[in-house]
Amino acid sequence: MASAHSESDNKITGAPSKKQGVSTLSVHAGEARRKPCNAITDPIFCSATYTFSDTQAVIDFIEHSQPREEYGRYGTPGERVVEQKLATLEGGAEALLFSSGMAAIVGVMMAKLKAGDEVIFFNECYHRSREFCTKHLSRFGVVTHQIETCNYEAMAAAINDNTRMLISESPTNPHLSCVDLERFAELGSKYHVETLIDATLATPYNLRPIERGIDFVMHSATKYLGGHNDLLAGVVIAKDRAAMQPIRNLRGIMGPVNSPHNVYLLQRGLKTFQLRMGRHNANGQAIAEFLEDHPRVNKVYYPGLPSHEYHEIAKRTMGGYGGLVTFLVEDADWRATADVVDAMRIPRIAPSLGGVESLVEQPLVMSYFEASPEERRAWGIYDNMIRISCGIEDTDDLITDLKQALER
Amino acid sequence: MKFRTRAIHVGNRRDKQTGAVVPPIHMASTFVQPGAGDWGEFDYSRSGNPTRKNVEQTIASLESGSQALAFSSGMAATHAVTMLLESGDRILAGADIYGGTYRLLHEIVSRTGIHVSLADSCDLTAFEANITPHTKLMWIESPGNPLMSISDIAGFADLAKRHDILLAVDNTFATPVLTRPLELGADIVMHSATKYLGGHSDLVGGALVVNDKELYDRLYFVQNATGAILGPFESFLLSRGLKTLELRVRAQSETALRLAESLHEHPRVARVLYPGLPSHAGHELAAKQMDGVFGGMLSIETTGGYATAKKLVESTKLFQLAVSLGAVESLIEQPASMSHASYDPDDRATHGIIDGLVRLSVGLEAFEDLKADLEAVL
Repeated sequence: MASAHSESDNKITGAPSKKQGVSTLSVHAGEARRKPCNAITDPIFCSATYTFSDTQAVIDFIEHSQPREEYGRYGTPGERVVEQKLATLEGGAEALLFSSGMAAIVGVMMAKLKAGDEVIFFNECYHRSREFCTKHLSRFGVVTHQIETCNYEAMAAAINDNTRMLISESPTNPHLSCVDLERFAELGSKYHVETLIDATLATPYNLRPIERGIDFVMHSATKYLGGHNDLLAGVVIAKDRAAMQPIRNLRGIMGPVNSPHNVYLLQRGLKTFQLRMGRHNANGQAIAEFLEDHPRVNKVYYPGLPSHEYHEIAKRTMGGYGGLVTFLVEDADWRATADVVDAMRIPRIAPSLGGVESLVEQPLVMSYFEASPEERRAWGIYDNMIRISCGIEDTDDLITDLKQALER
Repeated sequence: MKFRTRAIHVGNRRDKQTGAVVPPIHMASTFVQPGAGDWGEFDYSRSGNPTRKNVEQTIASLESGSQALAFSSGMAATHAVTMLLESGDRILAGADIYGGTYRLLHEIVSRTGIHVSLADSCDLTAFEANITPHTKLMWIESPGNPLMSISDIAGFADLAKRHDILLAVDNTFATPVLTRPLELGADIVMHSATKYLGGHSDLVGGALVVNDKELYDRLYFVQNATGAILGPFESFLLSRGLKTLELRVRAQSETALRLAESLHEHPRVARVLYPGLPSHAGHELAAKQMDGVFGGMLSIETTGGYATAKKLVESTKLFQLAVSLGAVESLIEQPASMSHASYDPDDRATHGIIDGLVRLSVGLEAFEDLKADLEAVL
């Protein structure tokens, strides 16, 4: 059930510090008890650079790598707070922020891969992640293999001595397929290959892959973590601190960092993370159930529905199923489907997801307009497919709106 | 549309030019005009700013008002209301009000020849006895600060109409999630937007809401002439905070009730002041006037005196020692030494703000964590 989060479920297990509730951690984790000037909130350090008292202090910093700030590209005080908060929520050892979700996944791959290496990924995924693997990694001599989602045998068969990373989303976008994370992690440990899960659609409120043996989790923090459709950010969380070091080093060189203002908005958004996710889960479940019963809908993709192909895995591993719902309109071509999208009053037509405002898109139009029909078929993108990102508006308001859009 | 849907969408129309789902932050201090003496919608940001206007529309909708004005602080908003009056007029305020309001009325407003007096707002008849032909403004809070007294807003509205007096309600504690005074007949709603409306302890702001164009025009004139406006960044943060207002207030209220119930049983607590408890004098009225839950503020009277209360507020870990309230972080304070230190000591004693009183602002933390924090120090 989407609302299955009792107080005891909310306890984060495996978190590095105390076993506090998710809401308590969302507000306090990573933050110093005593902040500068005794302020209740962290200040925004806009400083681009950080001064040293004298030359010896610089030498000490270099020789003993003392933990302190140096230059904004290598980290800022506000960033460290949010990184620690996210690492705690996720149950990981360390988190690293990036300027966007794409910067995060690219950052991991650029840090971990070299010419001759191979990457294997499940093919249902954000189209830009796929594009980076197939079109850009290849330019650097990295070989990528796309495997049918959740086909673990095929993934195992594709692993060879050059394989360095196994990557998947869970749930996937836009089909909401759920990966058996223990099985995925087992493949990694058996063949000594690092595993990465993009858990943007789940968030640590619903799923904590590191606790199931995954090496790296990444999020587009633009989505549920920021939660207000007003910032772009990405984050990588590692199970093991040492494994993060090359990624942190590379980020310092390439520079896809957040501005201090942006980091502050992310921190502020995280304060209501637990509340918002409860509402996203409740709206997602209610809308998925409404759509499944509607005569104009012939298929709903939502892990919280017993009819969903991966419902059993989802039920076993997730605390709730998020706000993203994908469905197919019965007997509709792309234009009739677009009419349903255009008739909606509350959800706005836009890419992205996970904010307080509901958004809607037709994947064919928004993300796959230039793909060939064969490619779209291979990726399971149908002309009559609609993806809704349920916000935190009133459930009845959203259902009333969807109903009029489907029945006009 | 329902409250929580309006909190997200009213005042946040998609940007026409770019389609941006979140309106831009307009930092401009001035706006280019179509012609000399030919004024556009915005001219100068003290007189009006698009970002401030957005959040004013949202607040007006949530309070069931026609218009709202956003101020640089709650005190600036309160002061603007008093500037509707003139020398010789009288203000009659409830006894259980914020210490800063008490100070403003007694030490600033009174300088202009306006007479200020306090009366128990839980007793309509006694309150009415203090009305004179010169009384022009009644000012009440419900729940009151810090005793959580409940005032009958509809009863006051009736009183205000009969005597032709303006009724202003400081709705900071209840928030429009739980009580909408304009629906009950009040003329003006005031908020310290710093508290629940902003909700994240990271902005200082105030608001006035009315349901009457003529009254709005008078207040707008005061604001524009005196200049205590909310800046664009704060307006944006406030707007962002409002989107989770209902979620926050309901979650905080639920936790506050559970804490009140558990503290009620505690041997070291003499009395819990929380309108959600049946033992509270205003419980029945609150159940009628507040929407299902009773807010995130509560006070307790410890069995000890000043020193006991002081030690308590200095010892909790999750509840942090600070004035202000209504935010995601739980706060604790001693009214006698902090929020109500500006009350005259005799007035404090008269109105029941005892030295052993401790005020809690319940945040979003898990109930179990907050309960454990309080039990460890009690």
